[in-house]
Amino acid sequence: MSAPQPFRKPEGGRIDRTRGIAFTFDGRRCLGHPGDTLASALLANGVRIVGRSMKFHRPRGVLTAGIEEPNALVTVDWGSGRIPTVRAAAMPLLDGLEARSQNRFPSVNFDLGRVLDFTRALWPAGFYYKMFKWPDWRAFEWAVRRVGGIGRVPGGADATRYRHLHGHCAALVVGSGPSGLLAALAAGRRGEDVLLVEQDTEFGGSLLHDPMEIEGVGSDEWLAAALAELAGMDNVRLMANATVAGCYDHNVFTIHDRGAAWRGESAVESFWKVRAGNVVLAAGAFEQPMLFGNNDLPGVMLAGAVHKYATRFGVDCGRRVAGVLNNDAGWRSLLAVHDAGTPVCAMVDTRDEVEAGLLDAAEERGIPVYRGATPLAARGSRGVRALRFADRDGSVRQVDCDVIGMSGGMNPATQLYSQAGGRLRYDATQHGFVPDRDPEGWETVGAASGSFAPGGGSPVRPCTAAPGRTGRQWVDFQHDVTVADIELAVRENYVSVEHMKRYTTAGMAVDQGKTSNLNALALLGQLTGRAPGEVGTTTSRPQFAPVTMGAIAGNRRGDFYLPPKLLAAHDWHAAQGAVFDDYGSWKRPACYGPDRDAAIAREVLAVRRSAGLFDGSPLGKIEVRGPDAAAFLDRIYVNNALTLKPGRVRYGLMLNENGIVMDDGVFVRIAEDHYLVNTTSGNADRVAAWLEEWRQCEYFDLEVVLSNVTSQWAVATLAGPDARGVLQALQGMMDLSTAGFPHMSFAEDRFADGTPYRVQRVSFSGEQSYELSVPSNRAASVFERLRSGTDSAEVVPVGVEALMVLRTEKGFIHVGVDTDGTTNPLDIGFGGVVARKRRDFIGARSLARPNDRRGDRRQLVGFELLDPNRSVAAGAHVVTGCNGALRSEGFVTSACRSPTLGKAIGIGLIEGGFGRKGEEVLVYDDGRTTPARVVEPCFYDPAGERMRA
Amino acid sequence: MLTIPCPFCGERDEAEFRYGGEALQEIPQAGASDAEWADYLFNRDNPKGLVHERWCHSYGCNQWFQVVRDTVTHRIHAVYRVGEARPVLDDVDGASADTGG
Repeated sequence: MSAPQPFRKPEGGRIDRTRGIAFTFDGRRCLGHPGDTLASALLANGVRIVGRSMKFHRPRGVLTAGIEEPNALVTVDWGSGRIPTVRAAAMPLLDGLEARSQNRFPSVNFDLGRVLDFTRALWPAGFYYKMFKWPDWRAFEWAVRRVGGIGRVPGGADATRYRHLHGHCAALVVGSGPSGLLAALAAGRRGEDVLLVEQDTEFGGSLLHDPMEIEGVGSDEWLAAALAELAGMDNVRLMANATVAGCYDHNVFTIHDRGAAWRGESAVESFWKVRAGNVVLAAGAFEQPMLFGNNDLPGVMLAGAVHKYATRFGVDCGRRVAGVLNNDAGWRSLLAVHDAGTPVCAMVDTRDEVEAGLLDAAEERGIPVYRGATPLAARGSRGVRALRFADRDGSVRQVDCDVIGMSGGMNPATQLYSQAGGRLRYDATQHGFVPDRDPEGWETVGAASGSFAPGGGSPVRPCTAAPGRTGRQWVDFQHDVTVADIELAVRENYVSVEHMKRYTTAGMAVDQGKTSNLNALALLGQLTGRAPGEVGTTTSRPQFAPVTMGAIAGNRRGDFYLPPKLLAAHDWHAAQGAVFDDYGSWKRPACYGPDRDAAIAREVLAVRRSAGLFDGSPLGKIEVRGPDAAAFLDRIYVNNALTLKPGRVRYGLMLNENGIVMDDGVFVRIAEDHYLVNTTSGNADRVAAWLEEWRQCEYFDLEVVLSNVTSQWAVATLAGPDARGVLQALQGMMDLSTAGFPHMSFAEDRFADGTPYRVQRVSFSGEQSYELSVPSNRAASVFERLRSGTDSAEVVPVGVEALMVLRTEKGFIHVGVDTDGTTNPLDIGFGGVVARKRRDFIGARSLARPNDRRGDRRQLVGFELLDPNRSVAAGAHVVTGCNGALRSEGFVTSACRSPTLGKAIGIGLIEGGFGRKGEEVLVYDDGRTTPARVVEPCFYDPAGERMRA
Repeated sequence: MLTIPCPFCGERDEAEFRYGGEALQEIPQAGASDAEWADYLFNRDNPKGLVHERWCHSYGCNQWFQVVRDTVTHRIHAVYRVGEARPVLDDVDGASADTGG
């Protein structure tokens, strides 16, 4: 043990003094022991300034001894990575840990950012609200971003592994203090399946630093026996180093478990989702600070924390302690501190009444007591040197001390209870919000329920601001909110507790107001003449304490974030030089070859001149079978499904009930009672679910079944003048000649090797085109066979981008691209089909509304740019008026420079478009307007001779 | 995170289900006015208390059914299949308000 620990007591505490743990703080070598937290070890090593405050860069030290710590936030390098904004008071001291202070430049002891503290008047509450209005946020942004915030997100990959686990229990016990242990023992003895969760490294809660007698024995003995009994029960699981982070409907809890990492077993954090039967909330209570000048100086600490450091960790927080109190619990803490060897030099209590036993105890120990006193200010610049206070008679006194142990009362840890929907009640005697009525299956016990052992005592006197400069009295330490900020919020009429919170930012950030909410709302009440119960609390939401982002994400990162769907012939496409893009959830070839524009043009021309091979496998394929299959589809489609003959194919539109185009595609009648529905690629699952919903919920009178076979069949689309010749050459292919197998036909058969296939003659390119479906496991071999072409015909692989150009040249719409959430079938030229259908179908009633029949709706048209050198992008607006007062009449939905036609074309939706063919319009794109002519939305082979050839 | 008793599969986690909104009574007949049709399309009761709603056990049996849930306590009071009559709830002591629908 080379490095000295000047503030470590010679004995005592639950630390393992036989072993040392070396760690560093800002590069300084320090020493601690197993059982320490980072905060207790820093205090033992005499480190008083641990960080700088977020806004004013004031020096800050350790305030608390638990997860509520708002000041001692450090960046930690340990094990597998760097973690910013770690609460030193809740971080176990681990071997090799390297801690760094945050929010300081150049160092924590000398920080240039402190200038912000001396110019504090410029940075009031609501600073951001005001700055966004005047003068100009952008003038300040760089500086605020530089000095604001807490910690920095580490760069690089996170080497920690995170896993999601699921569990159940009959009884969840949150917290392992005496109340939690008693509840766990009782449930365990009843044979219930118990899960006891403790966020600390050890079980025992307050017993670990505040011994008492339980069931007739000393608490150390009782604790050991209780833990041994629990460990011996098969029906009880014990989880330490784990925080119950959130409570959700039906008693589902999330638990952030760092046990494996902190015990040094493996770099794994677990995020549990546990469904509990009953819940026992034994989460304890949070001690609150007092308000007086400079109450944020290093050395000003919660009385209970000073107690905990002394007795659990064997650490002196200083050499002389002064108490600033308004309740009996704080007295008990400081008496224990005194008895543990750190002298208490004064008890400054704002109350007149203090329990007699406590006064006697102070007198026995020779501690001066000042009742009815008013704390004024802590003296010192980088740490406490003295406490100034006014005695009952008004005389100002000063006592020298280097620690101020303050206690503003205990507020139950009811966050999870509130998340479960429990209501809180203000208890004026204890000055805290306590559970009013437990939700079904809940029981709050111990300090969490508002019962602080040993009960009784004199009432707590609510904390009030001290006289003097309120801008120097901190309410929220982490966000640098002072009493003056809350006064300002009230002056500016932010008098609702939720508004005050957002305006001042009190109660936000890592600690979520565990040491500030109560004082903030009590002050708000005092300033507006309301009791704390009338002011109420802000809403408590998950997470109860910070949870590593990685733990929430679990495995869902990198490739697992959104696993792509790969085509059955993916590797074959890659071997052809495919460039893959994401289309919906699919990875598909965008084009073949590195020069995108050249590849797209080459592929388009190949389809127009010889033959192109396209992988259409994601095309949705839903089988519809049963005696009522025809009747079912006739209710689904705008188009007539009854008159379709077996072996024939028809184009169809599906609407939602609001009459909006939802999907399109062809449907095939394979047999009288057997249809195949094709959906847009990427929409297959949605349409399958939609059809199933209608079948089950509305059309249950029909005898029909549905089956989504999308991934079962791979689809090779062969399009171009040579398509038929190439396909016909396959061994066992049926006769494809147009006379027997015209456009919009379907057939199924087997190849010579027995492989089944389906072939339908449909075209999305405007050329003669066949969609050949084969079982997915045959995809690569069929693509390879087709790719080799014939002696007279070359076959070129074609990607999605070329297909988009081909269909734009042809004016074929792509639902969701050329239509949006307002487009009905009348808008895209299907008025005739709608009028001819006499029977009801989904969306039909909506099309009868006057608004759906307006003539000035946005309607589908084509555009040709008049300037041969210009092109526009999809999304460009068609505008009228002149610069400065442009009005959009619609927009271009698909556009391309057509390799086939050698000009820039597009299709789009414009107001009253059907009546505007031939009109010249202006298209606005990227800051420029260019003239275009409105034309029919078909630029290539309008008669359709090529695709029927 | 609810536990939903699927009438076909038994109790399952909410993650296995798809929510389908309030269970509506009937699609208006052909002669319905524009106002009636708009009411059917866009207006929902959204009661504080018991609501009849549709769920689909999409990662299980893929069957739609109805759930009677209390929107305040999230307690599920009954489930019933498509085509079954709405259950008569005589034990709704825990219900927060009047029954919906």
